[in-house]
Amino acid sequence: MSSATLYDKVWALHQVAELPSGATQLFIGLHLIHEVTSPQAFAALNDLGLTVRHPERTVATVDHIVPTTSQARPFADPLAEEMLTTLERNCHENGISLNGLGSGRQGIVHVMAPELGLTQPGMTVVCGDSHTSTHGAFGAIAFGIGTSQVRDVLASQSLALNKLKVRRIWVDGSLPPGVYAKDLVLHIIRTLGVKGGVGHAYEFAGPAVAALSMEERMTVCNMAIEGGARCGYVNPDDTTFAYLKGRPHAPTGEAWERAVQWWQSLASGPDAVFDDEVRFDATAIAPTVTWGITPGQGIGVDEAVPTLEQTPEEDRPLAQEAYRYMELQPGQSIAGLPVDVCFIGSCTNGRLSDLRAAALVADGRQVAAGIKAFVVPGSEQVAAAAEAEGLDAVFRAAGFEWREPGCSMCLAMNPDRLEGRQISASSSNRNFKGRQGSASGRTLLMSPAMVAAAAVAGHVTDVRTLLPA
Amino acid sequence: MTTAPFPAGSIVQVHGRAVVLRGNDIDTDRIIPARFLKCVTFDGLGAQVFADDRSEQQGLHPFDRPEYQGASVLVVNRNFGCGSSREHAPQALLRWGIRVVLGESFAEIFYGNCLALGIPCLQASSTDIDQIQQAAEASCDSQLSISLDPAAVELAGQRWELQLASDAQKMLTSGQWDATRQLLSKDQELTATAARLPYMQRFAAG
Repeated sequence: MSSATLYDKVWALHQVAELPSGATQLFIGLHLIHEVTSPQAFAALNDLGLTVRHPERTVATVDHIVPTTSQARPFADPLAEEMLTTLERNCHENGISLNGLGSGRQGIVHVMAPELGLTQPGMTVVCGDSHTSTHGAFGAIAFGIGTSQVRDVLASQSLALNKLKVRRIWVDGSLPPGVYAKDLVLHIIRTLGVKGGVGHAYEFAGPAVAALSMEERMTVCNMAIEGGARCGYVNPDDTTFAYLKGRPHAPTGEAWERAVQWWQSLASGPDAVFDDEVRFDATAIAPTVTWGITPGQGIGVDEAVPTLEQTPEEDRPLAQEAYRYMELQPGQSIAGLPVDVCFIGSCTNGRLSDLRAAALVADGRQVAAGIKAFVVPGSEQVAAAAEAEGLDAVFRAAGFEWREPGCSMCLAMNPDRLEGRQISASSSNRNFKGRQGSASGRTLLMSPAMVAAAAVAGHVTDVRTLLPA
Repeated sequence: MTTAPFPAGSIVQVHGRAVVLRGNDIDTDRIIPARFLKCVTFDGLGAQVFADDRSEQQGLHPFDRPEYQGASVLVVNRNFGCGSSREHAPQALLRWGIRVVLGESFAEIFYGNCLALGIPCLQASSTDIDQIQQAAEASCDSQLSISLDPAAVELAGQRWELQLASDAQKMLTSGQWDATRQLLSKDQELTATAARLPYMQRFAAG
């Protein structure tokens, strides 16, 4: 059993009570909501005659359903419009702050909260969205919940939960040029499997993780859930504190000094005990691409689609289903596979450093003929910062569309979607069947730089061949 | 579609016919595709469960096959319900008629969402699930009888032991699987916890 890890310390601090079932009642420090998973929670709250216990600890934005071409109201899609008006009404009636369209603070919920300094070390953070694990990058315990739990948090600022085991994912070395945080996490999931993390929190640590920027750490923690781990985190350090300092919701003055002291005290120390540990070598990781229908079906860009013989027996039915759905042959090289659509964005890879890495590849090149390529900044702040340094111009000159912020084609709840059997190179997080809006559409997950490389080449390409020496 | 009443109160036993859905890592995007999440109530989701898989299989999907209509026991394989946290997935299954799920393993968020709706998710070994699936397919008119304490399933004279975590077992059998009231009853403890968290005090001195 783990002890003295950040997870153990934060868990203990937030324990409210033990429930009759034996589950723990855990206090929730930050609750994020959006338009898709909250309306039924507010309705249930009303049905029960309950009110929001800590409206100041819930923050809303709109991201899943917003169009990325024109965000003028009312939206062309009446269902989308109804969802947003419902969110607006619920926030207004319950005294909850909403970072709406045009506020300068709207964005994908997992981009918005960190950049405003809402997400801080040592907090428990929840949202009705599985990619809430993103916020673990700050040394928070952060995880996705369902709508009934959204109701419970609104009502009581707490949840009934069981403690997870803690697995340390130790990464030695440093990522080679052209290999990004996305490749690291795809490599981890490929190795441990999509259910490897069930029942565990993942602590990402080691020299390669310590060297990551906050945005890169968010990419890694974001996809912990794709490896089955409901939450993943990185211990807070000077990189964390430097990122947070001066953000709108970060403490200031003497409170800042006390905050840093407290945050430092929460990190897993030398006395920390983990339930288990898995070690990786960052120097051995290549740009990674998924070929199948789960995020665990990934390979290095220089590898071939695995054959059945190379696949563990229990994974073979899924591999066969993936060959059929993706129309790929076992043994086929992934490099050179033509793509139709290139999507750069999402809560995994829609931040400024992601756009910079993709722009570096796009700069001076042209999107290949017949390819639809578009960039969706993760938030209004990301869009403004990217535009201030001319990234939008770089993308436009290369033939990419530059869009308004939102979740967009990661899950295609807005008008951005694949058509028919189209195949996309995508910087998002899920390659599930039908995920990107067409029931037969196909998704290849990769880093934003690799998506840009695929866009200019017209097929899956090793981005390392396109980077300056 | 007529289905049994939604779960309420103490859940000790569940009886019903099985629908067998084979495959590992069936994600919640497959259970309910994202376009159906554009709704402000869960009411319409029952007809949309597995919409894309069913359309692809043109009537051969278990949820469309005549012998499985009216089934309430879903028997799945490994890591069922992975991916998105959308409660719309168990809500859609519930509205189609599912009242209990048996499988090798479940994704955590899905499992918690089911528990909050009073849908027990019980586990068995890969071998046992395979046997249960075969037996259910061989006698799809037969009722399965699932008990929660001790956790077990009986079908056509055969019996398999199941696993159910003790907290879920207590919550379901005592009828306290809907946590809201329990959580609210700890009012003083909630106030005390908030008071000892530095960030709740804006890191004030003292």
